[in-house]
Amino acid sequence: MRSADGALVIDIIVIGFLLGGAYALMALGLQLQYGVARIMNLANGEMLVAGGFGAFWFYTALKVSPFLSILLTVPLAFVANWAIYRVLLLPLVRRAKSRGRLEVDSILATFGFAFILVGLMLALFGGKYFNYAYLEEPFTILDRRFGLNKLAAFMGSAVLCAGLAYWLTRTRTGLSLRAVAVNPTTAGLVGINVARASALAFAVGGAVTVAGGALLSMFLTLDASTGVLFTMKALVIVIMGGVGEIRGAIVAAFILGFAETAVASLIDPGLTLAAAYLLFLLVLLFRPQGLFGRRSS
Amino acid sequence: MLRRSLLRSAALALVAGAIGLGPAQAADVIKIGAVAPKTGPLAAGAAITHWPNVKLWVTQVNARGGLKLKSGRAMIKLIEYDDRTNPGETIKAVQRLATQDKVDFIIAPYATGLNLAVAPIFARYGYPQLTATSITDKIPALTKRYPNIFFTLGSTTAFAGAVADILKKMRAEGKIGNRVAMVNVADAFGIELANAARPIFKKAGFKIVYDKSYPLGTQDLSPVVKGAKAAKPDAFVAWSYPPDTFGLTAQAKIVGLNVKAFYTAVATAFPAYRGKFGKSVEGVLGAGGINPDTPAMKAYIAEHKKVTGKAPDSWASPVVYATLQILEQAIEAVGTKDRKAVTAYIKANTFQTVIGPITFKNQNNEKFWTVGQWQGGKFYGVNSTGRPGAKPVMVKSGW
Repeated sequence: MRSADGALVIDIIVIGFLLGGAYALMALGLQLQYGVARIMNLANGEMLVAGGFGAFWFYTALKVSPFLSILLTVPLAFVANWAIYRVLLLPLVRRAKSRGRLEVDSILATFGFAFILVGLMLALFGGKYFNYAYLEEPFTILDRRFGLNKLAAFMGSAVLCAGLAYWLTRTRTGLSLRAVAVNPTTAGLVGINVARASALAFAVGGAVTVAGGALLSMFLTLDASTGVLFTMKALVIVIMGGVGEIRGAIVAAFILGFAETAVASLIDPGLTLAAAYLLFLLVLLFRPQGLFGRRSS
Repeated sequence: MLRRSLLRSAALALVAGAIGLGPAQAADVIKIGAVAPKTGPLAAGAAITHWPNVKLWVTQVNARGGLKLKSGRAMIKLIEYDDRTNPGETIKAVQRLATQDKVDFIIAPYATGLNLAVAPIFARYGYPQLTATSITDKIPALTKRYPNIFFTLGSTTAFAGAVADILKKMRAEGKIGNRVAMVNVADAFGIELANAARPIFKKAGFKIVYDKSYPLGTQDLSPVVKGAKAAKPDAFVAWSYPPDTFGLTAQAKIVGLNVKAFYTAVATAFPAYRGKFGKSVEGVLGAGGINPDTPAMKAYIAEHKKVTGKAPDSWASPVVYATLQILEQAIEAVGTKDRKAVTAYIKANTFQTVIGPITFKNQNNEKFWTVGQWQGGKFYGVNSTGRPGAKPVMVKSGW
């Protein structure tokens, strides 16, 4: 009995960690886009699926590992998202009189854009399911077996999280991005090019999402229409974590990962969604600015 | 490159449309409508099972010069709509096909829910609705209420019962014990099947040692598989949808859930399932099955690959095609576009199809494949309600 309990605890800890890392991959990009560029990007999930499709294509057609193909798709995603921001979203930013106005406009614009992305992916890849088997073998911790592909995705997630945290807190560009996140108007007053910083944040966010999609595609089955599932999850995590705080999103992702795994293992897998939304509700009720967020000024 | 070819095909389509140029000049045209998901949650399933068969059938019929009517040959003009997996949109599209496009016949939509949603409209406008992807226990009530609806794929209870039959057979042969772990996706399909299976399994003397559901779109199924494994089952049964069929199998392989009977429902019969798991699929049980060795089925698989570029699934794909064959044979036998006469003909006659002869009894095809198993790289039917050629079931030995 004791050893069975111990095994269960190990399961919950390891699976919770792996799932938390996966959730962080879904939410980090949106966190940057919403936190700094103030664009509530509802096409986030579609961008993620596009990243997964890219990895799928490289792996099945050219036998290139997802980790290598990321090196190619991520710069591409950076450029594409930069262009999306300049062409599609900058006009909205320019004409918006208030932050609320921009949020509403960006939600509507990116909602529409999500449909365009779904259509594009359908035209290019067709509507069927996409998955492939990469590193789909077990690794063992204390006699318990877990998926190696999930561990690989988790490592990728950890590198991305650490890299972003370093970039945002330790570099000059990161500092200016954080300044814009706190207050775009005053950031402009101290000589930060707000339009450029926002475009950069949006482009980096998109690139991170695409990288996340590529990593997640190692163990998830995707199709052109699944994006909305990831957008929903990312929204919950970003709002739980607190807008504009990268640490918040990471912590929220892991809280959800652990909570869902614990509920699934100890109570019932059918209650995972309920547990996630209960946590979300509690945060909204008692800490509406999010776990790490500042009270709005 | 892509844009140019898109532009070119758009221009070609415009020109072809303007001067009325079809693949071959025909005196008459028969308009056929089709509505099913191209986007939304069920789009991927429809892209594998539904749409390729529509394309295959229309291509084949038009290549032989169209449908033979009394007035001469009629080329099929296909009008397609995407219902975005939204029943409201399916209803609107069928209405539009009936009243604005004024099509002669409509191919039944995809999946149980969307078909049931449009049954009243098909009935109102008098179109025969030959469903191929609907599983329900309400067939008697529905066929009584809607005189134009036909069912071909089977009932919920038959599918649950067939799995119990297979397990009973394996137990009688001393291959497995009494312990069954059962999971289901918390969606209409999974809940209905789990509810039907529970009493059937218990009545057959099986002990359900793990019985859990998980929400649709669950991203991590490892707690489910680990929980099932901890219950030490002899057999694992999952009433699952495609993404979770893939997820559960991958987890079972990783965790080492080495049961002697491993069953996942929808998508086990997809070519992509074998594509992903390779040799590990050997012995996996799933919903459906076919007899891949009949000449008709071999010819169908070859044609499907040639026209659509991919293999059909080994369950509902040939059933979708069979319903189109029935529609074709009925229209040609009646010889006109008279929907009432065609419906009456379908009710009264036997049709030779890719899955064998089909006769509707109270608008229901009672002979269908229920359980299939991957054996030697093919998904063979191992249990059916009266289709010949079932293979003996084999024990799964590890991954």
